[in-house]
Amino acid sequence: MNRPMDTCTLTVNGQRQVLPADPARRLSEVLRDGLGLRGTKVGCDAGDCGACTVLLDGAPVCACVTPLGQAEGRSVETIEGQKYTPLQQAFLRHGAAQCGICTPGMVMTAEAYLRGARAPTRAGAEEALGGVLCRCTGYTKIIDAVMDAAPGAVAEMPEPGRAVGAAVARLDGAAKVGGTEAYGADVVPQDALLVRAVRAPYAPASFAFGDIDGWAADKGVRVFTARDIAGTNRFGVIPAFRDQPALAEDRVRLAGEAVALVAGKPAIIETLDLSGFPINWREDAADRPVHDAHPDNLLIAGKVRRGMAREAMADAVVMVNGAMRTGYVEHAYIEPEAGVAWMDGETLVIRACTQAPIMDRDDTAAVLGLPPEAVRIIPAATGGGFGSKLDVSLQPLIGLVALKTGQPARMVYSRAESMASTTKRHPSDMRGTLAADAEGRIVAMQFDGDFNTGAYASWGPTVAGRVPVHASGPYFIPNYHAEARANYSYQPISGAFRGFGVPQAAILQETMFDDLANQLGMDRLAFRRLNALRDGQATVCGQTLYGVGIGACLEALETPWQDALRRADVANARGGHIRHGVGIASCWYGCGNTAIANPSTIRIGLTGDGRLCLHQGAVDIGQGSNTVIPQIAADALGLPLAQFEIIGADTALTPDCGKTSGSRQTYVTGSAALRAGRALRVLILKQTNMGPEAVLRLDRAVLRVSDGEREQRIDLTDLSEQAHGYVLWAEESYDPPTQPLDEDGQGVPYAVYGYGAQLVELSVDMRLGTVKVHRITAAHDLGRVINPQLAEGQVEGGIAQGLGLALMEEFIPGRTENLHDYLIPTTGDMPKIETIFLEVPDPEGPMGAKGLGEHVLIPTAPAILNAIRDGTGALVTELPALPHRVLAAIREAGHG
Amino acid sequence: MESAVSGYMRPETLDDALALLAQSGGRVAAGCTDLFPATAARALQGPVVDISRVAGLRGIARGDDGVRIGAATTWSDIVKADLPPACDMLKQAAREVGAAQIQNAGTLGGNICNASPAADGVPCLLALEAEVELASATGLRRMPLESFITGPRRTALKQGEVVTAIHLPHPALAGGSRFLKLGARRYLVISIAMVAVRLEVTDSTVSRVAMAVGSCSAVALRLPAVEAALIGRKANHTLPDCVDADAVADALSPLDDIRADAAYRTGAATELLRRAVADIASEGRAG
Repeated sequence: MNRPMDTCTLTVNGQRQVLPADPARRLSEVLRDGLGLRGTKVGCDAGDCGACTVLLDGAPVCACVTPLGQAEGRSVETIEGQKYTPLQQAFLRHGAAQCGICTPGMVMTAEAYLRGARAPTRAGAEEALGGVLCRCTGYTKIIDAVMDAAPGAVAEMPEPGRAVGAAVARLDGAAKVGGTEAYGADVVPQDALLVRAVRAPYAPASFAFGDIDGWAADKGVRVFTARDIAGTNRFGVIPAFRDQPALAEDRVRLAGEAVALVAGKPAIIETLDLSGFPINWREDAADRPVHDAHPDNLLIAGKVRRGMAREAMADAVVMVNGAMRTGYVEHAYIEPEAGVAWMDGETLVIRACTQAPIMDRDDTAAVLGLPPEAVRIIPAATGGGFGSKLDVSLQPLIGLVALKTGQPARMVYSRAESMASTTKRHPSDMRGTLAADAEGRIVAMQFDGDFNTGAYASWGPTVAGRVPVHASGPYFIPNYHAEARANYSYQPISGAFRGFGVPQAAILQETMFDDLANQLGMDRLAFRRLNALRDGQATVCGQTLYGVGIGACLEALETPWQDALRRADVANARGGHIRHGVGIASCWYGCGNTAIANPSTIRIGLTGDGRLCLHQGAVDIGQGSNTVIPQIAADALGLPLAQFEIIGADTALTPDCGKTSGSRQTYVTGSAALRAGRALRVLILKQTNMGPEAVLRLDRAVLRVSDGEREQRIDLTDLSEQAHGYVLWAEESYDPPTQPLDEDGQGVPYAVYGYGAQLVELSVDMRLGTVKVHRITAAHDLGRVINPQLAEGQVEGGIAQGLGLALMEEFIPGRTENLHDYLIPTTGDMPKIETIFLEVPDPEGPMGAKGLGEHVLIPTAPAILNAIRDGTGALVTELPALPHRVLAAIREAGHG
Repeated sequence: MESAVSGYMRPETLDDALALLAQSGGRVAAGCTDLFPATAARALQGPVVDISRVAGLRGIARGDDGVRIGAATTWSDIVKADLPPACDMLKQAAREVGAAQIQNAGTLGGNICNASPAADGVPCLLALEAEVELASATGLRRMPLESFITGPRRTALKQGEVVTAIHLPHPALAGGSRFLKLGARRYLVISIAMVAVRLEVTDSTVSRVAMAVGSCSAVALRLPAVEAALIGRKANHTLPDCVDADAVADALSPLDDIRADAAYRTGAATELLRRAVADIASEGRAG
């Protein structure tokens, strides 16, 4: 009975393993660190996300809550045992993996479902996969894949010149469905030190360290504090607003702020009780300004003013007022921050999850007192970002330890640590007024919003800037006055989250639009179509736009809208306590930075032995730049996509492609790829003296150029190396042509905008206040669809996040720092989604293309609120619309 | 060597488990779906007696005196088991505990010992008049589930004692039943409110009722006053109206929390009880 269990015997993927391991240890840890099977991902360590799902005697369990001892004598199956099964092939074919961090858990869970189901159904698959969270895909393509789990190759690679527009399966997809993709926590050098942070229990607070040296010696660890930081202990995504210390010096401004690092052997560090760390905390007065330089806690205000809003309102026929409040929203990517740093000679190398390698390099170098070229950032595969992984998190921390010790240093945030210490969507408190004439033409709008930016600046200035520019929606509003303020607080840092404040503003604006249409007695879609921006009209910033696609999007929804209204009428005619409603909302979004430079540079080269290399530095966090940028480059050059070798983001290998944010990569980096491809083509045509229509062919090291009649060949082996190891190469940059905004926000903030509108059909339980979204029809203008499958994936995933924002997501500091109190949508919460793509070419975008990544989330929440009001007569003015809030609104409206 | 450090023990007999528990003063583990989330550590800490391999603790047996469910029986076991319609609600609850991953590991015994006010199994077990069987070095004892759960996250379990089974007495296995759970998302959700209802109908008339509500008080509760109002009523479409909102409100003491406010919970509980009653009455499963 009580025999010592010094080894544990189990079967893993059919192989007997005898492990000298602690039977009380989480099976996930044993698989990953003990057996090196790092395809099993850890997202929460609490059974809340399912990322670590493995099969135990064929049944799915969360390896993170399974002690090794319970696997003794049993069979464990992990993703490594799945050898490109029909299910995995279907995942790749259907685009079911975006960032890929949930994919191993999804595949294992679905595998168990398919083995047990006689006749798989969508409903059955949804229930079976209900315990695995995905933050990227909105689940639609995952369920599609499960229902189509049969052998089959992905679509054939496109012919030369046909890459753009083809539904090319993600080029980096095989590693994701195979579980071999290496994320931040998956590279573990042999002798790496493990690092943990000592964090503030509450804020505001001051602190003083006790006998750190004595404690460290006693524990056999090393401790690092702000005193060890040689550079400027301030970082931030916008250089002028750098205000966040990598390690706090003597006071903390948010609970969870790091104050010290403890580094040492993993076995010591992981079991260390940090509650005994020698530090004394003292609560600070909450009325002290968060930053002394901002005595009123105002970080910055943004303003756009055009015409005379107040005067125009006085003359208007119809006017409505609105107010809306939204809370903190957590990105809830399934991969908590993780990475490893090491010294390569004099260079500090950091391999971590990120959306912005060059910014990481510069911020980390500044903090550590190094020249930027002494830091190399190798982005790990990133398991979801959505804006939060634009800011550095652990990069300066592990960098400091590696630099000080000379040893590799790694850090893996716990779920709670990730949620407490990294950025959120800004909570908002917004008010507005909207006025129209008798014909329903909008004459004026006022908007005023306060955005809680938390303890440090992060992207607060961007939110304050973007909101007034976008709060009009994609409509022509001649008189406009919008202000947004980013205010400091002793709370979690608000930063970038898919849309930079625009989703919040759209919630107020689009619900006011419904209000105004109702007051005018106009059809809500007709009202929007009447006021939609048209080519040649000026925006609220005075920018004259062309290639405006909102009209086309709204027109495309006309028939679905009429059908939806009819369906709701029929359903409501049946009576009962379930009321059906239909809602619509639009979006627009400027792509790239707001009126400041944000260039991308792409390099394409041919080696003497015929390798065609694309240096693609746009970080692919699941959105697809590793596929879309090569598609553009291939067609610009005129060689087949399949021949490209892609050299992924790495500050030592790829020119700067900027950050993955602002829906800019397809547009900005795509434009650079277009130019680089064309430049290389021109070079080749010039060398062969061929015309612009010539066809290129690359046969090993021979480049053939033909125009049908004659053919010229370049033997690449004959050419001498020019630079970067290439015999023929081109490098081109692109920076969006914008103009600074004046003090009234007039100018050209963005060179390219994208447009969209979504139609929501839902039902509300009038007695419980619960909302079930049945169908969303999404019409988005992409200018030119580069890859329809990936674009659809963006729409479906954006809708899932919009639905979460509308109905369930609310981050409450200190209370919801896990994935069972903080709820994101599961398989069972998603509606049927129908995507309609419009192509209204943009004069500036590459091949007409516009951005999409953030647009897709913006209309969802306001369309849901509009549909709730349509069905119930009640407008919810505080998000999320949890059942008790919906019911209270229904009662207040007198309909309960 | 490692086990001496971690004190993780996997006995195969109940006697061994009790002996180890007595010697180590440790905790009992089964599915571990509550123990692991409660710690950030890489391994379960301190002495742990894992009873998942103890003979006789897992499985469901039907006898003359009712149904015996071993404490280490998982939710998935319950879903697959052949049980009378009175246990439909327990099966429905089983499918709402976390998701498949949790249902494959989590146990019925763990659910009642963890004693969360939002434990999905508890309202059903209350409505099935469940009794808890406890074993210790000194022998076995049995107590009603109501007495076993003494408060939020508190039970009558004594040091050295193990829950070995849950008994569903024969008289409570009659009638039809329904479990309803309300949450802000479809799967993997902690409930805002949940109800379990069991109805026995004789000659179209309600003869016995058992109703329990969870997540609306410190511990899940039976609602005898609400139940009483249904006795003798016709089991037709008017029956749900006999669920008296005031009586429900009197019985419950919900809290405001992140999931809902107290007033909402009371109303929702009433509504869910009515729907559960309606479902059973309309499906004619109560006979």
